[in-house]
Amino acid sequence: MRIAIVDESASRASIIEEGLATLDGCEIFTLTSRTGLVAQIAQIAPDIIFMDLGNPSRDVLEEYFAVSRVLDHPIAMFVDESDDDQIAASIDAGVSTYVVDGLSAKRIAPLLNMTIRRFQAYARLQAELAEAQGKLAERDLIDKAKRIMMHSRGVSEPVAYAELRKKAMSTNRRIADIAEAVVTAHDLMGDGQ
Amino acid sequence: MTERLTIGFLPLVDACLPILAEEHGFAAAEGLELSFVRDVSWATVLDRLLYGHSDAAHMLAPLAIATTLGRGRPAQSLSAPFVLGLNGNAITVSNSLAQALGCHGDLGDPSALGHRLKVVAAQRKNAGSPLRFGVVHRYSSHNYMMRYWLAGCGIRPDVDIEIVTIAPPFSADALEAGEIDASCVGEPWNSIAVERGVGQIVLATAQIWRRGVEKVLALRTERLEEIRPSVEGLIRAMRRAGQHFVDPANWEINAAILARPEYCDAPHKLLLHAISDRLVLKQGALPQHYPDFMFQYREAANFPWVSQAEWLYSQLVRWDGLEHDPAAAHAAARVFRPDVYRSALRDTKDPIPTSSSKVEGSVSAPLEAHTHGGTMMMENNSFFDGKSFDPDHLADYIASQK
Repeated sequence: MRIAIVDESASRASIIEEGLATLDGCEIFTLTSRTGLVAQIAQIAPDIIFMDLGNPSRDVLEEYFAVSRVLDHPIAMFVDESDDDQIAASIDAGVSTYVVDGLSAKRIAPLLNMTIRRFQAYARLQAELAEAQGKLAERDLIDKAKRIMMHSRGVSEPVAYAELRKKAMSTNRRIADIAEAVVTAHDLMGDGQ
Repeated sequence: MTERLTIGFLPLVDACLPILAEEHGFAAAEGLELSFVRDVSWATVLDRLLYGHSDAAHMLAPLAIATTLGRGRPAQSLSAPFVLGLNGNAITVSNSLAQALGCHGDLGDPSALGHRLKVVAAQRKNAGSPLRFGVVHRYSSHNYMMRYWLAGCGIRPDVDIEIVTIAPPFSADALEAGEIDASCVGEPWNSIAVERGVGQIVLATAQIWRRGVEKVLALRTERLEEIRPSVEGLIRAMRRAGQHFVDPANWEINAAILARPEYCDAPHKLLLHAISDRLVLKQGALPQHYPDFMFQYREAANFPWVSQAEWLYSQLVRWDGLEHDPAAAHAAARVFRPDVYRSALRDTKDPIPTSSSKVEGSVSAPLEAHTHGGTMMMENNSFFDGKSFDPDHLADYIASQK
């Protein structure tokens, strides 16, 4: 089975590829560039294409499928309707699938399931990364606010932190929000510097 | 209670009505809260619509028909109760083609331009590098209007000129890279090509068909029935947005809204040009006024005339090389839903046409048309070749285009 993975995110493509490589009988081609995409697909002649849902080349590729069907070319493809639930799951995961006309749903299912799981895992990783980056940024902000207070009020670090915390609790806000207010006020006032 | 609706769109000026309905509170006044999902491929907009990520979508009218007929994918019934606008697209050619055609930054006569293009196309074909024109999608009004014009000027699409698909945001890049010699696309993408100095606008689609149907608001037919009261509220909100959109006093603010990153993400100045029908045709030139370049409001512009759907069907059959099939024609015609439009606006003062079909391209001088409770003036709606389309003679029309 010849499988093409089309994704402008090279890291996601490699995660999908790695997953599919664990299945038997898969020959995998990964395409991450928009340039020359149609020509490459024509050359590879895949049985199945997995493509990220929002990929900007989708209309161009679908046009190619339409033209090759008009020419009665053997690599005409379309989204198979045999398993609508599975297609819905794939769209929800953010992957669009094109399958050679006539390929049995039984052969597609394990590949599609693997791809969906990998897409979901990638999305989870991205969310965790964004969260971790957000936490780091918050920590930086709190450190900065503490330094401002230590400098302007001559208090120790634990006292500065305790004051931020107290203010956060009394106003029902997060410490990071209070810290942000302190830093913003400091920037605006210039604090005599 | 507020109903939430999610609307899919591509970053184009003619996505303006639902956006402005939300931004100016017209949707809220109907008890609706709209959120938007922006994509760069029509295939993605369509997938989201079919699989419930969106309730409604800014959609190419021919694509809504093609989807219903099962062209290119399993058939799914779509309904279009509202036309988001007429025209608003243009043909931009590369600088070298503009030179070969003798264009000097003006919108010329479509027939004269077509006949000059025929000469250049033949030269390029004989030299072994045929002209290549880009359209945004196989099932787009851009494709049908451009092909109608080319064929009407004696240029055979796919034989004398290659036609390829280029997504709107990449048309300027493709012109610059020499991948295409011209493109037919909506705003702001022609203006962006001009601004970058990679092409010149030589023709507006409004010159090909003065009142040509463009995008529609499309929903799955099943979904439309589930949320019909909300859809009718949305139709009223979008009519009010249209009234706001065409008022010159609001052009600045509306251009500023559409320019935002979450919508068109394009320069305010260029959006203002499109909204005001004043395009810069060539880099460094002054904007030129071409009235009704975009057409969003007057003459009940948003009314989904069944005859428009039937004209699009005639072109789908023509360019997909199909035989005319009365059952398919009927299914295509049913995609446009004047019944929903009428019931949405029944209790308003908005003019609603009494008939659902008209002879397209038959009006060459202002004509009074009947509406519920009155009349409204219809202006010139002709095709550039002076022919008209009578939906009562669909089969003959299709046969005449073979």
